[in-house]
Amino acid sequence: MELLTQIFHTTVNTVYDVIPIAAIIFGFQFLVIRQPIPNLQRVFFGFIYVLIGLSLFLLGLEKALFPLGRLMADQLTNPAFIYDGLESALYTLHWADYYWVYIFAFAIGFSTTIAEPSLIAVAIKASEVSGGAIGVWGLRIAVAIGVAIGISLGSFRIVTGTPIHYFIITGYIIVVIQTFFAPKMIVPLAYDSGGVTTSTVTVPLVAALGLGLAETVPGRNVLIDGFGLIAFASLFPIMSVMAYAQLSEYRARRSQ
Amino acid sequence: MNRPLIALLKSMTGSLRDLLPIILVIAFFQLFVLQQPIPNFLDIIIGTLFVVMGLTFFIYGLEMGLFPIGESMANAFAKKGSVTWLLIFAFALGFGTTVAEPALIAVAAEASQVAANGGMIGKSDAAMASYASGLRYTVAFSVGLAIVIGVVRILKGWSIQYMIMGGYALVVIMTAFAPREIIGIAYDSGGVTTSTITVPLVTALGIGLATAIKGRNPMIDGFGLIAFASLTPMIFVMGYGMII
Repeated sequence: MELLTQIFHTTVNTVYDVIPIAAIIFGFQFLVIRQPIPNLQRVFFGFIYVLIGLSLFLLGLEKALFPLGRLMADQLTNPAFIYDGLESALYTLHWADYYWVYIFAFAIGFSTTIAEPSLIAVAIKASEVSGGAIGVWGLRIAVAIGVAIGISLGSFRIVTGTPIHYFIITGYIIVVIQTFFAPKMIVPLAYDSGGVTTSTVTVPLVAALGLGLAETVPGRNVLIDGFGLIAFASLFPIMSVMAYAQLSEYRARRSQ
Repeated sequence: MNRPLIALLKSMTGSLRDLLPIILVIAFFQLFVLQQPIPNFLDIIIGTLFVVMGLTFFIYGLEMGLFPIGESMANAFAKKGSVTWLLIFAFALGFGTTVAEPALIAVAAEASQVAANGGMIGKSDAAMASYASGLRYTVAFSVGLAIVIGVVRILKGWSIQYMIMGGYALVVIMTAFAPREIIGIAYDSGGVTTSTITVPLVTALGIGLATAIKGRNPMIDGFGLIAFASLTPMIFVMGYGMII
């Protein structure tokens, strides 16, 4: 019974999210374009499928993965866990003592990105448009590696308390330099992949990790240091996707 | 067995494979690092099943509904030749899909708390609520503007590099002047605005436009809309923090 009410609630919420989008699309279609939509029935069913899919997806995440993920982020950043095995609580923690946090950040960043629906969508399109030159899995793994590095570096930043803009500005400089050397075809897609990666799956888990970490580490302010992981997660894929294209180009040139 | 059922099973296997990394990571940390029993094991199995089914349906619907409609609208606008309507549509799509975005609502509420603690606004609920909704509309406006800029770029065939670099330069300059409390949230807001439904639609729109217009390459000109949509919110949120 409780499950049914949950299903109902999530579906209603998803419908609310979709209404403005559907209103804009169909409004413009009927008032401005004034042409029948090709395969209207198919498109309509497509929308219904997206609705059902997203509701089930969110409900499942809320039931299974998010509570566990949040719990684990809490446990891993818990001082009792980090102090475990050290001689005394008087010992001042060094940034390296948080190694499990960095490993977890890397692993969870990688794995949530692989499951991210909007990245799958963009990867399908990119492979279609490039005629298969950019593989669906190649792009997804490149982006996932970028997110993984980004989030573990972001956790390191929270632990050390370095201001975020040093990292982000350095990142920008690297992106700009890479842009000049990367194959021209990949650049727009690489820029896009920064924004695509962080949605339904990644944001809630990563936010929990950041807030938990900022609460635990002495001297950190949750409100100032707890944010910013998402920014790391959307910057690093730009670099990793360009690097992926550079590597593929390099290998193609060598094999010639 | 009939064919649709096999196709469904096949795509469900695909979804399961997409989720496998998360399951492995959580299981590994739970069993080997934290060494604690997993609570509500049954709930987790049911939830995972839901996620697998949901992902399968979503990808089915994507190819049936979201991609075709995005592309057919881009085509229709390109044929109609009305740039004004296309830009109004672009703005409406960006603004409309962002303003109701749950992730943005959550971030705006947190930001209002930061502002209240930092003494930028009063601590009353009314002041915080008005700060949060002001922030939400600012971000939604900036995403609408971003899609408009991106569409103009596709129409004109400008190259994306210099526009994005200009945006980066603006972010760096604004960072120097924005209040410190807002910077983390501003940087994050770039990532949270693009939701699961917006991304496929906007991508299809860009590629559709670049395909329909002569002389544009869908790979070079079609992508890039999302990039603008994740850059402008940073600039506007810092601007909002400076003004208020």
